[in-house]
Amino acid sequence: MSKRPDKGSSSPGGAIPIGGGREIPLNLDLTRRDVLKTGGYLSAAAFLAACSSGGGSTNTSSTGGQISIGSNASDPGPRKGMEAINAAFTSANGGTTVKLNTVDHGTFQDQISTYLQGTPDDAFTWFSGHRMRFFADQGLATPMNDVWDKVKGNFTTGFAESVKGNDGNVYGVPIDYYPWAVFYRKSVFQQHGYNIPTDWESFKSLMAQMQKDGLTPLAMGDKDGWPAQGTLDIINLRLNGYTFHVELCTGKQKWTDSRVTNVFQKWGEITKYYNQGLAGTTWQQAADMVVQKKAGMYILGLFVSDQFKAAGQADLDDLDFFPFPNMGAQYDAEKALDAPIDVFMLSKKSPTISKDLGQAKAYMQFWSKGSTQLLMFQNAPGNIPTANDADTSSYSALQKKAVQIISGAKRITQFFDRDSRPDFAGPNGMQSFLLTYLKNPTQDLQAFQGTMQKFWDSLPPEK
Amino acid sequence: MAETTSTTSVAPAPAVIKPGTGALVAAGRPRRRYSLLTRHDKLLLTLMVGIPLLLDLILIWGPAAASVGFSFTNWSGIGAISPGNFIGVKNYQNLFTSYIFFWPALRHNLIWLAFLSLVSTPLGMFLAVLLDREIRGTRVYQSVLFLPVVLSLAVVGFIWELQYAPSEGFINNAFGLVESHRIIDWLGDENINLYAVLIAASWRHVGYIMVLYLAGLKSVDPSLREAAKVDGANERQTFFSVVLPVMAPINIVIVVVTAIESLRAFDIVYIINRGKNGLELLSTLITNNSISEASLVGFGSAIAVVLLVISLVPIVTFLSTVSRERA
Repeated sequence: MSKRPDKGSSSPGGAIPIGGGREIPLNLDLTRRDVLKTGGYLSAAAFLAACSSGGGSTNTSSTGGQISIGSNASDPGPRKGMEAINAAFTSANGGTTVKLNTVDHGTFQDQISTYLQGTPDDAFTWFSGHRMRFFADQGLATPMNDVWDKVKGNFTTGFAESVKGNDGNVYGVPIDYYPWAVFYRKSVFQQHGYNIPTDWESFKSLMAQMQKDGLTPLAMGDKDGWPAQGTLDIINLRLNGYTFHVELCTGKQKWTDSRVTNVFQKWGEITKYYNQGLAGTTWQQAADMVVQKKAGMYILGLFVSDQFKAAGQADLDDLDFFPFPNMGAQYDAEKALDAPIDVFMLSKKSPTISKDLGQAKAYMQFWSKGSTQLLMFQNAPGNIPTANDADTSSYSALQKKAVQIISGAKRITQFFDRDSRPDFAGPNGMQSFLLTYLKNPTQDLQAFQGTMQKFWDSLPPEK
Repeated sequence: MAETTSTTSVAPAPAVIKPGTGALVAAGRPRRRYSLLTRHDKLLLTLMVGIPLLLDLILIWGPAAASVGFSFTNWSGIGAISPGNFIGVKNYQNLFTSYIFFWPALRHNLIWLAFLSLVSTPLGMFLAVLLDREIRGTRVYQSVLFLPVVLSLAVVGFIWELQYAPSEGFINNAFGLVESHRIIDWLGDENINLYAVLIAASWRHVGYIMVLYLAGLKSVDPSLREAAKVDGANERQTFFSVVLPVMAPINIVIVVVTAIESLRAFDIVYIINRGKNGLELLSTLITNNSISEASLVGFGSAIAVVLLVISLVPIVTFLSTVSRERA
């Protein structure tokens, strides 16, 4: 899963994950149907591909008409934002009818490859990084270099890099992002007189102190499997640097490398500070421990603020964060962090894309404006606009700080499951491995790393 | 309907056919001579057998065969399959020798089967026998025990997650484990989570078996029990020597239902953690590999074929028993 199953899966109370649940019956049904369907498309695939690539954009009109949008913004907040933006687009673009097709966040992800090969909508929401480039490589996305040439002045180079495919073409428009950091409550730090730790030793001694003070030093809820990947990312980035991390994620480095051993050893120094039962705790329940002042700190994405917001405005105002402490390696200077970027992409196989291409590109252009992104931001405060001209006056202190920490970073990664291949990062892969590690951090690391590498080696080559 | 058509049309058939058969015999096709069926009957039969057969082939055997075919490829589910995609039995090799999740998943499926058949199913049968005795409030108990069956396993999973959550859950709080910092991580501890899930699944399965069995018990001729009583058999003897043998067909249904429920177990585990960390099942491995973003269609198909082969055992047992009875 992505690091945002919250969009699709948190119940209003926030405590109970029923995310996967909504998908179950669908997936069950799809087992056979899926196979049939894909089989059926096989013969049509070559034909369709020929048509769509040959057709190009003959339609010069970009106003009026209609477009269809596939959206994974299924939670109430983001959904409202999406609807507001579509209404604004309709009135700004000569009455273009926007057909919105909202799918549960997790389901959308599971079905993405079938969706993109079948009859997708003209434009769809997705993630940048390896996951975007993968579908671009498969010829399932339409490049939009012309759109990007018009709007690129509104984005920093980090964003420009994030929407580029392996072939150098641009395949998406970045619409929002959020940083991963160490979250805490200001009032708790004040009450106990804690200082923000900036290096590894002070981080550890702070946690030892918290334990004495009767707090769970570090909250962790890894039931869904992906939250622990954020901690793996940041420790690896600090110790071994951006380049090694990216190469490790894409298989150019081995999991049996001694640098990886080092990561798990360092991580093992802080695992004793986690709450009990982390493997059965959801990220929302772990967040509640911080909300209720039972836990001191929490390594997560900015979307943790959703949980604080649900608890009340006073709790949200008390939330703060600091970047993961330095660990003394040369890579501290990179100030690297995970800051996943969400994008809008254009599909290739949509039956209407050649007719609607003008409108779809206008829609992409519309999304690259700060004013558009703010409409989403007002409804989903965990997602920060990417456009330079977004009006930051409505940002809270927390959000301003998030922008600051990201613009200060010399290297930005997406997140483990967006930077690595999905079959490796998923539930019967990295999610399981990290749960195995967290269960017993002092286990035989050589054997553990060997298992991970063996699994990587067993995967078929990516096209 | 079918019977009436055939009898009415069969009766006049000889008269109709006979004059014509002479010509057919002359044409060297004597086989038609003794045919009891008119052309209309044959057409009808062809349609009646052909359409279901066609649907069966298209909807069931087609996809199954496709799965077997896919299992010899490394197809990612994207684009056409080229000859280069065929990798022989490599998926199976990989599955049996190096895929670390396969054997645990198979073991979990077997534990599931053992638990349901040794604990849940007998419990359901026991409850049915109790309720069959018309004790006071039978209807109430019946409704209460049957209630979980009405819920989908997805809902059952959700309900039990509330009970099992480590620090917010009902069980740990009710037993004071949260207060004393001795939290039991029911769904997160890979040594116990399978059993925690099995209790949740049984909660539903017991009611299901109970209803099936109760229906069977109601249909047992009361005079058999009376006769046993007259012969001086006690309750236990009556049940094991008289009622149980009479219920043989129901017993087989129940065994098969239990086997199938264990093999297709999926939703409750998938809802809890997508089948990882001690909850791997063959069905979740298939889903995680082939339907999710992972797109390892070939590899997932190989697991599906293994599951299909295993499933054939109870299916064949059931069909052969049923056809033996009919014969």
